[in-house]
Amino acid sequence: MHWNSLSEFINMGGYGAYVWGSYLVTFVLLTAEVIMLRARKRKLAQSAPGGEPVETHNAKLETAL
Amino acid sequence: MSKSKIHWYKYAAPVNFYPLAGKIIPFFTGLTIILFAIGLYMSFFVAPVDFQQGHSYRIIFIHVPAAWMGMFLYVLLAIYAGIGWAFNARLASMMAKAIAPTGAIFTFISLVTGSLWGKPAWGVYWVWDARMTSTLILMFLYIGFISLQSSIDDTRRADRAGAVLALVGVINVPIIYFSVQWWNTLHQGATLTARSFKMAPSMLSAMFVLMGACWMYAIAIVLARVRLIIKERERDAPWLVEEVAA
Repeated sequence: MHWNSLSEFINMGGYGAYVWGSYLVTFVLLTAEVIMLRARKRKLAQSAPGGEPVETHNAKLETAL
Repeated sequence: MSKSKIHWYKYAAPVNFYPLAGKIIPFFTGLTIILFAIGLYMSFFVAPVDFQQGHSYRIIFIHVPAAWMGMFLYVLLAIYAGIGWAFNARLASMMAKAIAPTGAIFTFISLVTGSLWGKPAWGVYWVWDARMTSTLILMFLYIGFISLQSSIDDTRRADRAGAVLALVGVINVPIIYFSVQWWNTLHQGATLTARSFKMAPSMLSAMFVLMGACWMYAIAIVLARVRLIIKERERDAPWLVEEVAA
């Protein structure tokens, strides 16, 4: 264990912004990927299979993600 | 082949692959959570502080796995796209399409975390050295693949066009990998080589656990995405109507 207190842990020896920034960006991007995929799944479930596909103005963009 | 109990070719057909993927996704999701928890604990509480870089080096535990994933996934994408093109295997093309966004995200993470590590280590967020420039090109290749595919309405034509781009672009992967040897880069050399590990064993194992976590995450999310792509593309197929109704 290298940390004597929570503030020491957050501070990361003066590199807190860089270290936590990196982990935060990673967390946000991976979570966003999961959320966007879920939204796409929900949207697909709403349009009944065998029926007409639901077209929206940004359907292209959404199918890319 | 005939003696094997598992008929591998069977799963090249979306009709058989779709339910199989659905069954194995929870397994990979579980492993993702477990490995991330262990890996993050090791990164912050087990791995010692670096005598030169202090705690700033802890970015490595996310930076290196993300960079590797960006490269591995691109090679995998190119292989699937190539198989889909050469053998007219539509599931392989769908896999390539499903891998692209995840590969792009990992490449982007490696660029951002690298830049956040560059500032304390080198004093700059970005330099146009060979490693960083070639990784940026990898990012553009992913974006190019995604935009090219979504700009062509005929899906099989889109797959073929994407395959050409993916296969030409694969030359960039060895360039990224060897860039630190071929050119004089600001970026440090390989952390791991066949002969030596330049890291403490606990640092190395933390990195490998997070590497595993990223792989499990990538498998789970790509399978989930390929299921959606199957559903979108084969929406009129009778088997899918039955599958969804069931």
